[in-house]
Parts: sequence; C-alpha cells; structure tokens
Amino acid sequence: MRVLITLLRKEFLQIFRNRMMLPIIFVVPVIQMVVLVYAASLEMKNIEMVVVDDSHSDASWRLISHFEGSAYFQVKGSLLSFIKAEDMLLSDGADVILHFPADFEEQLINTGATDLQLAVNAINATEAGLINAYCNQVINDYNQQIRSEWFGMDATGRMAQMEISTAYWYNPLLDYKIYMLSGILVIVVTLIGMFLTALNLVREKELGTAEQMNVTPMKKFHFILAKLLPFLLIGLFELTLGLLIGRLLFDLPIRGSLFLLFGMATAFLVVALGIGLLLSTISNTQQQMMFVAFFFFITFILMSGVFTPAESMPEWARKINLVNPLAYFMKAIRMILLKGSSFHDVAREFYSLLVYGTLVLSLAIFNYRKTS
Amino acid sequence: MKIIEVDQLVKKFGSFVANDHLTFDVEEGEVFGFLGANGAGKTTAIRILCGLSYPTSGRISVAGFDVYREREKIKQNIGYMSQKFSLYEDLTVSENIRLYAGIYGLRKQEIRERETELLERLGMSDIRKRRIGEIPLGWKQKLAFSVAVFHKPRIVFLDEPTGGVDPITRRQFWELIYEATKEGITVFVTTHYMDEAEYCDRVSIMVQGRIEALDTPRNLRRDHQAGDMNEVFLQLAREGS
Repeated sequence: MRVLITLLRKEFLQIFRNRMMLPIIFVVPVIQMVVLVYAASLEMKNIEMVVVDDSHSDASWRLISHFEGSAYFQVKGSLLSFIKAEDMLLSDGADVILHFPADFEEQLINTGATDLQLAVNAINATEAGLINAYCNQVINDYNQQIRSEWFGMDATGRMAQMEISTAYWYNPLLDYKIYMLSGILVIVVTLIGMFLTALNLVREKELGTAEQMNVTPMKKFHFILAKLLPFLLIGLFELTLGLLIGRLLFDLPIRGSLFLLFGMATAFLVVALGIGLLLSTISNTQQQMMFVAFFFFITFILMSGVFTPAESMPEWARKINLVNPLAYFMKAIRMILLKGSSFHDVAREFYSLLVYGTLVLSLAIFNYRKTS
Repeated sequence: MKIIEVDQLVKKFGSFVANDHLTFDVEEGEVFGFLGANGAGKTTAIRILCGLSYPTSGRISVAGFDVYREREKIKQNIGYMSQKFSLYEDLTVSENIRLYAGIYGLRKQEIRERETELLERLGMSDIRKRRIGEIPLGWKQKLAFSVAVFHKPRIVFLDEPTGGVDPITRRQFWELIYEATKEGITVFVTTHYMDEAEYCDRVSIMVQGRIEALDTPRNLRRDHQAGDMNEVFLQLAREGS
C-alpha cells in the first residue's frame, strides 16, 4: 500500500507539472461539447429549394408560398427549365427541386388529384430522407387546406380519417442536441482517459525511466494501478465538467441518479483506461500506440451509436458491439440522463463493464513485462 | 564469498550472439570492472544480471538468488544505474530520492533523515527543490548513483555511469563509489574508459561477446607487458578481431 501511494504521488506530480495537461483537461471538453453539439446536429435548416413551375397557376403559387413561409426552407426562386434546375443540384446550389407539371391546377380541379415532382440530392441519404419528409409535411398541410377550402369541409371531414397523435417521450421537443450531448460526453471522457493513460506509460518506456522502475522490486499491479487511478479521476472530472456545460448551456436533463451515473462512468473508465494500458504494454513507441489506439477509438465510437442508433445496426454489428465498451456506456448514460433509469434498468450494462474491466486490466498487468 | 556467480552465460538475439559463454564470479565487497568496446555485450550482460532481460542459457546467481526463478528477490538486493541515469527529469531532486526510497519500502522518517544527510554530503542541499532536468549532467550522475545505493543494496550495477563528463567530475564520481564500498556494497561497473579500469579491484575485458581476460589491473599489465590498461585493451581487441 505504501508503495502504491508513493507511485501515485509521483504520477500526480508529473501530470500536473506537464504544461499541456491543464489545457487538455479544460479546453478539450469545452470545445467538444460546445462546437460539436451545435455543429453535428441532424436538424435540417435552410434546405435550399429551387422551383420549376410549368403550370404558372394560382395553386402552384400558393404551395410555393407555403414553402417560403417555412423556417426550414429557403426557396431560391423559380426557373423555367428543369435542365437548369438540375445544374443547380449538380453544383450544390440547391438541395431539392420542386417541379410543377403544366397541367398541375387543371388536374387538381378536374380530377381532384395531381402530380408533383420532387428531385432530392441524395448524396447523403439521411439528409435526403429528412428533406423528403419535411417537403411532404408542407405539401400535406397544403393538401388539407385546399380540401377544406374547395370542398367545404374540415380536415377530418368526408372520410373517416385516422388521426395519429404522437407524444415524444423523454425528449418531448425532439431536441437533437440533447441526444448528441450525451454522446459527446462519452467521447470526451473516453478520449482524455484512454489516450492520456496510454501515452503516459509508453512515454516512460521511450525515456528509459520504465527500465529504472523495472529494476526495482515494485509489483507490476502497483505500477499499472498508479497509472490508472489518476486518469480515472481526471475522466470523472471531465464527466462532471461536461455535465455542468450541458446543464448550463443546453439545459441537459439529468433525470436519473448522479451516483448511479458516476458509478457507471467509473466501471466504464476502468475498461477504457485498461484498454489504453494494454495497448501501451504492447507498443514500444508513442507512434505505434497512437496508431492502434486511434483505430480502436474511431471504430468504437462509430459503432457505439453516438450518431446512429446501435439497435438498428445489423445483427453482426451488434455482435461486435458486445466487445465495445462505449456501446454499453453510451446506452447507459442516455438511459440514466434522459429516461431517469434506475440501477435495475442498467444492471446488465454495469455488470458487463465490470467483468470487462477486470479482464482488460488483469491482461494489462499480466502483459506488462519487467523482464524482456 | 562470491556474490555473483555466472557460468556459461549465453545471450542470443536471433543468430547474433551478444554474450558468448561468459563465466566469472564477483567477490563480495570488491569493485568489479566490466570492460569492453561499444557493442561488446556489456550492457546485455548487466541487464541479465539485474533481471531486466532473460538469458538464453547458463547458470547465473546474484546475491544468492537465481536469475530465472528469483528475479524479484534479486531486485530487492541490488541497485542499478543505467547509461541514461534514469531519474525523472520532471521531478525534483528530493522527489526522486523519496520516490525510489519509497518503492524499496523505506520508512518516511528514515527517508527524510537520510535524504538530508545525503544532500549535505553531496553539497546539493540548496538544489533539493530543483528539477532534475535543470541540473548539470555531472550532478545528475552523482545523484543517480546515490539514489541507486540509497536503500543500501548488497550490489550496485553501474552501466557506463560516467559517460560525457570531464575527468574531474569522473574522479569525484569514483570517490562516491569508494565510499559505497566502505559500507560493504559490491560494485559492478561497466566502462570503456580504460583509466577507470585502474580504480577497480579486478577487471574483465570483453571483446565481441567473449571475456578475453579477467584479473587485477596490475596482473593484466604484467601479463601483457603493457604500461597501462589502454595498451592491454588494444592488444586484446586486436587479437579478437
């Protein structure tokens, strides 16, 4: 125990003497939380629409003004030819073309049904899907409106219609930021913890001080534990800082117990830092370690469901996620923060992380070589 | 009493033989010089004796413990100072002393008393709060040596401890070594400065992985009809290549 305290003292002294450390600890999370949350939003605003109106009718004009009135659309004017509109789509000057055929109004009056063409730039499929959905919503509204005007009935009129009323639970305003925020929180905690720990140990190898340690009778688990604990605390501090920023800037809900959240974070950090330490026992230089760590980090993050729901991934991908610590933590942190889930709800995640952490850490200790 | 016993030590890296059947003993309390040119295999051998590296074959015991099975017991009984005099550059003089002393399990009170006494003896009391990175090389080396013997080991291994400093500083460094021997510490030192060989009780000279000679400096000079150790070394190196 005395040896562990001696080693811990050394690590803390070194960490806080490193000039880069304080900026990393404070600036990285602030920038990530503030910039990424705003930037990586899935909400569509300013969808650029170009209109090709071959009908020049009252009906088409009224639909266009509906789009103009919407906050999500920016109608960039009417063009006479579809070819020209296509050029705009090609040159990224527009996201969507709305095309009225020449007989748009006639058909609408005579048969009560008409055609409209939407051409969406679908390079980004998600974006295209959203644009399509937004357009449909505007067109539907318009549809309802003319029905009631022309046929003198209200929207629920002639035909029995099924009204769907949707309530969005846990995120009633569908605020995408809140979903992103919890994801970015996980990234911040992982990034700082995993990389700093791993770099620290490999640096000692590079400098040769690790050898000086290896020639002493210190126990391997003391050495590894002394590398783990300071960064575990820093990780938890990052989480606190992140939660504060989320609370103050984005009104992030904290519905579950903070105690549970930090317990979960501790279990997660043992895994993340354990992986970092394991990688640094394998690598001899900081470059090697960074390369491998980066590979794992990116894979873990993209698979974890930070941007896309992990549940809708294909079967094989969900199998991979069984070894992805971020997937467990990502799920748990969202459940605790947004849903107010209790320990019972996230017990599977917690125990999984606990077992995982014990395994990885034991492996890191086992794999650290005092003798080569 | 023999404190280090090495019998037929072989260390291979792939097909390269770094240590080729080394056999030698070190007596308790002596200053044993381990001489050789760069790349002769000195560091390889010293790392094996310290339990930092596995031998390929051979019987080796240090302080009565076997290097295959009892490395951690060996480590409790030795001190080691490498070519890189690996003190932590970002820690202060005092923090380094306390760190290493703490790892060997010394009590706080004892550490504090001996630290004060040591720094006074070295004339470094004023710089105890300075970081290692800021002090001159010669001071670092003296301090690294003092840290290596702070826990009073039975043997101290020094791997080219005096590289890169002037003759006066080297001389002062050797005075520290002699002080350590007075306390009964056995000194195992590698060097390629042949004048330092004269300070040793016995020296072995390694050429290309093999020990070509092992005796007191005086006997070696006599046997090779040489004026100094440098001549002895050059003769052996020429024969070996």
